[in-house]
Amino acid sequence: MEIKTKTMGLVEINDEQVIDLVDGFYGFEQFHKFALMDSEKEPFFWFQSLEDENLAFIVIDPFLFRPDYELDIDDKLLEPIQAESPTDILVFALVTIPPTGGAITANLQGPLIINKKNKKGMQAIMNDGKWNTKHDILAEMNQANSKDSNGRG
Amino acid sequence: MLILSRKPKQKILISDDIEVTIVEVKGEQVKIGINAPSSVKVFREEVYQEIQNENKAALVKDQKPVLPDLNLKIKK
Repeated sequence: MEIKTKTMGLVEINDEQVIDLVDGFYGFEQFHKFALMDSEKEPFFWFQSLEDENLAFIVIDPFLFRPDYELDIDDKLLEPIQAESPTDILVFALVTIPPTGGAITANLQGPLIINKKNKKGMQAIMNDGKWNTKHDILAEMNQANSKDSNGRG
Repeated sequence: MLILSRKPKQKILISDDIEVTIVEVKGEQVKIGINAPSSVKVFREEVYQEIQNENKAALVKDQKPVLPDLNLKIKK
């Protein structure tokens, strides 16, 4: 199907890319249908609303820059998306690009969780205090890389 | 607002499936236990606000957002 996007005009997507965000994003609860699409630059993706072309987010796989990221979630929390096993889920972090420049950050406290099997998604909130809403992607990636190379001597 | 006085270990019931327990009171801090069905979302208020604010900040405003080069190492 063809959809209207915020920055790329009309884009052809397939049904597999359509995600049903059961409760919407906090602050945008009325929007439920989104498309997960490649962005112009890997490893970023677009999370584009199908209901309002102006509503679009950039998301990233948080494990790419925080290999130590972990979700403290129990089965109960994933009930809204009917996920039965951790292997059923995909995790993304919403990316914030400050309009005035400055560090590009990812929200690891409110990850987007998608059940691959039924394409239902939700925004979870981590209450464990380990993760916040503004993780500097580049800085933490460099840190992870330097740890990695030190570790291997 | 309904205001109830409770002592440690005492509970408040909300509807028939939400149970709030005052676990401990220590100086300025109160520990509260909450038993609720999974459909009821429970958050610290400031965390909830923070997530909402960050979602609004993350909403892409620019027609051409500039994404950084991450120079991902390809793992073999």
